[in-house]
Amino acid sequence: MFQSSIRALMLASVVAFAPAAFAATPADTLVVAGQIDDIISMDPAQSFELSGQDVIKNLYDRLVDFDPVDLNAGIKPSLAESWEVSPDGKTITLTMREGIKFQSGNPVRAEDAAWSLQRAVKLNLSPAFILNQFGFTAENVDQQVGFDGNKVILKLDQPYAQSYVLNSLASEVASVVDKETVLSHAEGEDQGNKWLSTNSAGSGPFTLAAWRPNEAVQFAGNADYWQGAPAMKRVIVRNVQESSAQRLLLEQGDIDVARNLTPTDIEALSNSDKLVVGNEPRGRILYMGLNQKDPILSNPAVVQAMRYLIDYKGIEGSFLKGQFKIHQNFLPEGYLGASDENPWTYDVEKARKLLADAGVRSGTIKTTVRDMAEYSNVMQTLQASMAQVGLTLEIQQVTGAQSLDAYRARRVPIYIGEWGPDYADPNTNASTFAYNPNNADDAKLSQLAWRNAWAVPDDMNKATIAATLEGDTDKRKQMYLDIQQQYRDIAPIIPLFQRIERDGMQKNVHNWTAGGSVTSAMYGKVTKE
Amino acid sequence: MAHPDMMAGPGARPPSARRGARLGRQLRGVAGVLLSLALTLLGLLLVTFIIGRVMPIDPVLKVVGERATQAQYDAARLAMGLDQPLWRQFLTYAGQVLHGDFGRSISTGHAVTEDLRRVFPATVELATLGTLIGVCAGVPLGVIAAARRGRWIDQIARVVALIGYSMPIFWLGLMGLLLFYGILGWIGGPGRQGIIYDGMVPEVTGMILIDSLLSGDWGAFRDTFSHIILPASLLGYFSLAYISRMTRSFMLEQLSAEYITTARVKGLSERRVIWGHAFRNILVPLVTVIALSFASLLEGSVLTEIVFSWPGLGQYITKALLAGDMNAVLGGTVLIGTCFVVLNIASDILYRLLDPRAA
Repeated sequence: MFQSSIRALMLASVVAFAPAAFAATPADTLVVAGQIDDIISMDPAQSFELSGQDVIKNLYDRLVDFDPVDLNAGIKPSLAESWEVSPDGKTITLTMREGIKFQSGNPVRAEDAAWSLQRAVKLNLSPAFILNQFGFTAENVDQQVGFDGNKVILKLDQPYAQSYVLNSLASEVASVVDKETVLSHAEGEDQGNKWLSTNSAGSGPFTLAAWRPNEAVQFAGNADYWQGAPAMKRVIVRNVQESSAQRLLLEQGDIDVARNLTPTDIEALSNSDKLVVGNEPRGRILYMGLNQKDPILSNPAVVQAMRYLIDYKGIEGSFLKGQFKIHQNFLPEGYLGASDENPWTYDVEKARKLLADAGVRSGTIKTTVRDMAEYSNVMQTLQASMAQVGLTLEIQQVTGAQSLDAYRARRVPIYIGEWGPDYADPNTNASTFAYNPNNADDAKLSQLAWRNAWAVPDDMNKATIAATLEGDTDKRKQMYLDIQQQYRDIAPIIPLFQRIERDGMQKNVHNWTAGGSVTSAMYGKVTKE
Repeated sequence: MAHPDMMAGPGARPPSARRGARLGRQLRGVAGVLLSLALTLLGLLLVTFIIGRVMPIDPVLKVVGERATQAQYDAARLAMGLDQPLWRQFLTYAGQVLHGDFGRSISTGHAVTEDLRRVFPATVELATLGTLIGVCAGVPLGVIAAARRGRWIDQIARVVALIGYSMPIFWLGLMGLLLFYGILGWIGGPGRQGIIYDGMVPEVTGMILIDSLLSGDWGAFRDTFSHIILPASLLGYFSLAYISRMTRSFMLEQLSAEYITTARVKGLSERRVIWGHAFRNILVPLVTVIALSFASLLEGSVLTEIVFSWPGLGQYITKALLAGDMNAVLGGTVLIGTCFVVLNIASDILYRLLDPRAA
């Protein structure tokens, strides 16, 4: 090895040093730089990481889905061409489109679609709860989800809103997998989970060409795709951690899209005539959780005051610039029932008065914050503004895993972090911010309300449930607006900002979408000219 | 970083000088080496295992994610065997390792051996080239600095080394990229290869420089070289700083020895005094220094790997550690531990070749 290296070095020094020109990526190849080191599985029944969802979105089709070039149009038919709901609202029958094939060549049947849902419920991994909401369990799913000819039949335990069910069926966990192929790789009782974690068996616009963890995911275009072969024959998503490295690659023309640029780098790019910078609101909400077990924070006046101690404009215009926008409601823009009312401003005087009226003059709170610049910066500005009203905030930085550990155990007095919707329906956020059926310590729920020990008032709990059952979509929308209004007045888990994704791109890239606030990245309609 | 001298001495000769068949003695020597190797690795495994289990990071969370219900959490914990007593977990684990199975990484979803087979060659390739650069430049610099002690060349060598020690490699890497890749366009950007060659070279050793040579693909070789040259030079600079300072002090010690004075009195040319006498005598400690420096590049180039999007071992272990992914951490640690032991044995063999007294 040693000798080969010496030889290599000598040879290379002769050939290597010639200046490289601006290199554009091939016309039928899309090269994306992002932070994709969170992917742990490519099985739709298991994957629940942001980058993993981006992958699955492109490998598989679902019964219903979003149109990448018109996300606002909402749910559209996909593998199912139509559906109908029974009069009692508890049975949904979806009719499959004919003549579609998996990448393996097997036909896409109603049987595959039903089996995929059953499989996800039975494996019961991280994203399974999205399907379990409709009353499916590992024991009953074989009866509740079935097929008849080219029809998939879902029997629900409640007459859920049709929009709620369909929105959930568009999520990645409901992807339709190729039953025969997956079962041929099953080991024991795993239903092919181990194999599908690193392989793909879908009917989507792309097949998985290679996945090297922490390095790259490569897709190959599916030439036989039923919606037409994608213009990109190859898509390469590379893991590039550093914003400045992503920017350099973009400026040199070695990549087409850079997904994790800092505000500084975005600013520098916006002067370029070869590049454009996108502006796409995403679903994630940056919020402040005030733990109601804390003697100071459980005082409603303190909760009130804290809303005025965040320097919304200052933060939006400085260290979160171009990454977040002010958003003081738990439903992100782009969701049914989203509200754009942002009533709070930075007002230290008002906060001081609220505290004085309640007799709070001083106090010390010790909290932890995850070691990410966004969160710790918000926490530090909060520390400064709390100091102005006599409250001392002591901050300890911890890793992501430690932070989550403590949060799950309800041990974080003030939590700054993000919540990302799990599926494209308002219930995904309402059921975590505004719903807590059991506030006891041993309930160990995953709701944000529970983690912040907030006993959600009974009427709000009930309203959140009722909204999932309202068949009239306009009424449903109004219900969410009402819940959010009440929420703004009383909730100690305070939404502050909504994530914006600003991707740097070559000018010739068209129809790029990171998935907006409702879904994941879709490469199928991307073109380059 | 463990100093090789402090580790169980595989090179130590059997204490018994008792008469016996030479073959027997050699066999015992080999057995001793193997035994101490096994003990060292077992100790390493045990210590890492215990540290991993007492660390305040919950690996189950990484598997089930933030939204998991308590039932899902409990099921995953059970499946990972974390409900077992610690000693039983260790025995199970050690048993698997003996069969070459390091388990599955929870942060990549792949088998740890598969992960290591992918990331280790990337690191070896980088560290080897880096060490080569460090040695080729550092040793002559150190020797010259010692020979011209206190003169301007010595001062320059000192400054060069000082900068190498103290510059944050993160910053140097970014500046290097900006200049050579961003402005001049002489080299390739972050990553091991350009997009066009990505996945095109048939994998033999996993070291793309060598693989592209083996397949005779000059374009791929050139491309790979243009990507590796900057990170390797930076690592090389870093090890140059260390190697040149150590070489200088070894040389100074030799140059003040009496036999050098004797050699000079005998009228030998300065060149022969330095390279033929003094330098030959520092070879043994120098080999240790180089081996150490190489080993530290194998495990410790995390920042370089991040700046250059280099999917290597350092990044792999660091990420795994933060995720509480103990299978990956243990696998990586055992691999690095093995490297240290192997480098130790290799430098021991080199001692014997270089210094007849040690044979």
